[in-house]
Amino acid sequence: MMRYGLVIGPCLLIAVAFGLSGCEQSSSAEGVDDGVLRGKLTLTGSSTVAPLVGEIAKRFEQRHPEVRVDVQTGGSSRGIADTHSGLADIGMSSRSLKLGEQAGVTTHILAQDGVAFVINAANPVASLTNQQLHDIYTGKITRWSEVGDRDAPITVINRAEGRSELELVTKFFEIKPSDIQPTLVAGENQECVKLVAGNPDAIAYLSVGTAEYESQRGTPLKLLPFAGVEANTTTVKAGTFPLGRPLVLITKNGRSPLVDAFIEFALTPAVDDLIEGQSFVSPR
Amino acid sequence: MVWSAAVLVVAIFVWIVGDLLAGGLSRLSWSFLTEASLDAGRAGGIGPMIVSTALILAVCLAVSVPIGLATAVMLSEFVRRAGWLSRTVRWSLDILAGVPSIVFGLFGNVFFCQVLGLGFSIWSGGLTLACMVLPIFIRSAEVGFRSVPDAQRNAAAALAMSRFTTLWRVLLPGAMPGVIVGLVLGVGRAGAETAALIFTSGYVDRMPESLSDSGRSLSVHIFDLSMNVPGGDGNAYASALVLAFLLLVINLAAALVGARFLKGSVVNV
Amino acid sequence: MSHRVKDGLLLAVLRLSAVASGSLVVLVAVFLVIEAWPALSPDGAIGIGGFVSDPSWHPIEQKFNLVPMVAASLLAMGGAMLLAVPLGVASALFCSWFAPKWLATPYRRVLELLAGIPSVVYGFWGLVVLVPLIGRFQPPGASLLAGVLILAVMVLPTVALLSEAAIQNVPRNVVRGASALGLDRWSTVWRVVLPAARGGIATACLLAACRAIGETMAVLMVCGNVVQLPGGVFDPVRALTANIALEMGYAFGDHRSALFVTGLILLAVVVVLVLAAEWVGGGRVRNTAARGVANGGGRA
Repeated sequence: MMRYGLVIGPCLLIAVAFGLSGCEQSSSAEGVDDGVLRGKLTLTGSSTVAPLVGEIAKRFEQRHPEVRVDVQTGGSSRGIADTHSGLADIGMSSRSLKLGEQAGVTTHILAQDGVAFVINAANPVASLTNQQLHDIYTGKITRWSEVGDRDAPITVINRAEGRSELELVTKFFEIKPSDIQPTLVAGENQECVKLVAGNPDAIAYLSVGTAEYESQRGTPLKLLPFAGVEANTTTVKAGTFPLGRPLVLITKNGRSPLVDAFIEFALTPAVDDLIEGQSFVSPR
Repeated sequence: MVWSAAVLVVAIFVWIVGDLLAGGLSRLSWSFLTEASLDAGRAGGIGPMIVSTALILAVCLAVSVPIGLATAVMLSEFVRRAGWLSRTVRWSLDILAGVPSIVFGLFGNVFFCQVLGLGFSIWSGGLTLACMVLPIFIRSAEVGFRSVPDAQRNAAAALAMSRFTTLWRVLLPGAMPGVIVGLVLGVGRAGAETAALIFTSGYVDRMPESLSDSGRSLSVHIFDLSMNVPGGDGNAYASALVLAFLLLVINLAAALVGARFLKGSVVNV
Repeated sequence: MSHRVKDGLLLAVLRLSAVASGSLVVLVAVFLVIEAWPALSPDGAIGIGGFVSDPSWHPIEQKFNLVPMVAASLLAMGGAMLLAVPLGVASALFCSWFAPKWLATPYRRVLELLAGIPSVVYGFWGLVVLVPLIGRFQPPGASLLAGVLILAVMVLPTVALLSEAAIQNVPRNVVRGASALGLDRWSTVWRVVLPAARGGIATACLLAACRAIGETMAVLMVCGNVVQLPGGVFDPVRALTANIALEMGYAFGDHRSALFVTGLILLAVVVVLVLAAEWVGGGRVRNTAARGVANGGGRA
């Protein structure tokens, strides 16, 4: 009896859990009976795109009260992987897909954004050249006196592995993530905002949209021009900002009516005010 | 020297609690407790978070209490203390009690979210927490069962009561204080948990409609507000105050029940 | 249903539950190993050697050195214990030997309340109070020191409450013997009580260490999360637990497997600490622990 018990125990646990999941799956079945959309959509991916999609989802739910949309953050690469594995119905990404990621999925461009370098509003530095930025991030410049009048140690904020901003910046400067000498490592865009706003000596890089949105709300941030081009939604829209990137939604081919309806809605002008509200640029 | 250590500890306590009160008390109101959060949590309240936390706790208890109770009965009544089954189960429970919560988070993410297909949901979060609180609950319930005097077991046997009846009518009522302490401690640990929930019940800060929805617990809300929301500190203070207050009440209740019923027996086990 | 059948069923259910709860830890370990295997297997992308010999932790570049984070976790734990053990044992002595009764009970309540504050609240407090405070002397503030201080406050109640239980378990006769010999209070405590309770105190310390190394949120929030071997207490570091919390949501493939390896290392450390506690306490770890539990310990 005991010998079998060792096997049966975990099995029972699994069985119970399966039973639970069984009941759930039946209740969350999606469909379009009698022309009314119902069911649940799960979106995962980029933390840059998530707040915007969250707003779009709220509006979508108002139009289709039987639908619930869950938006989870987890980074672009994760969103793409989740879409491939089916864990998410729709993935969100703040960079275009790499070659190996494109098979079997479709990308839909939701909006345009860029990555900007940001310092505290109290920092008198008005601009930094690409070489200076490169040297700050690779540890060759460690004090603000080397690029301006005021002296203080530079708090270099880097991003954790897996964030698309890190990939974009390292690709642009043609450096490896291991070349960067950070003082602090942040996760989300918002964490960068919070760290820079609270530290006059800090520098970070993050989504143009997020940074502009926050500075318009009075958060003490300064977006540094990049290679002589102002970092704001106007230059992103004009396509002149060098560190531009698309914000995309990703779906698996052969998708359900509910996913179709959501994508269709997210690509119409009906969400343009939401895109602008988050300081991103509508592709239209 | 001993006195100065005590003064230092009290000073730290006053500093932390005083800071929480100073930062959060003015924002507390009935509407803060019941309203939905607005603007990523900068404005509005924590209603959905309180509901999510309660649902996660409910799932956690619904699963851990029956299994834990049965295990505690088994360990205290039906196996020899020095026997191999008892020793192995105890050892593994002791280790389980020490496993870091983030490791439970990893496990829950794989097992409940992916293998069992529950996704980011209150189910996943609650079940993960159930694994976490199981050893705490069992330990305390077992102490409760051991505190029932043998004379009562003998009396039940002399009356030719079945094991089932003995358990139901004699042992369980006698062990109730221990079971309640275990329950309260489990709720306390689960309610404070953050790391295990980030990757299981998720971040969605809206009112959950069913247990398969993702729900943000109060603890995750505090984490998100303090790390990822510029200007979120005010509401983070208030949420921290609410959570700390709830847990302090829970822990005090456990300490009081424990002190009243278990003091002698626990030491003598 | 006859008594016999009912009892048989009951026994089967009980046995199943016990085995299920007992095998839960195995289930956790098995799933960690399965997920970590692509990274660990000798013919995998990394192999066990890679976690030690790679030049750094940069998963995008296929570099997976975990040593700086293991060091950071151990240093944070060690530093916290260095502060928490003297304070905790002193607190325990204060409760059971030095304080008048009217003061001992409220002091114990304070310790219990400290034990009840959730780790994310400690982390939040560290972030808004401690980090800016340290940053004023040595920017940026988020540092190993901040982690050590927060962890010390967090595990202090564990050390104190469990040590007190051990001290109270010292047989009365031993204490009476000491006073019969005319020893003053300090000598009694220092030469008689503490040596007699050292097993229980050691167990308390090991369980506290277990909690310190497994702590995630507070460490994630105040340590700065730069992967490096710290050159001093003001340098930011990333602990093993923080590494998982920070990158898990964004990882897949080998990177994800490497994070499960991180989890396995934590599990291994905890197994060693718990077994050590069990060994030191002579199998009495459950008693002290249960006592501590009854005193309101237990925190995420």
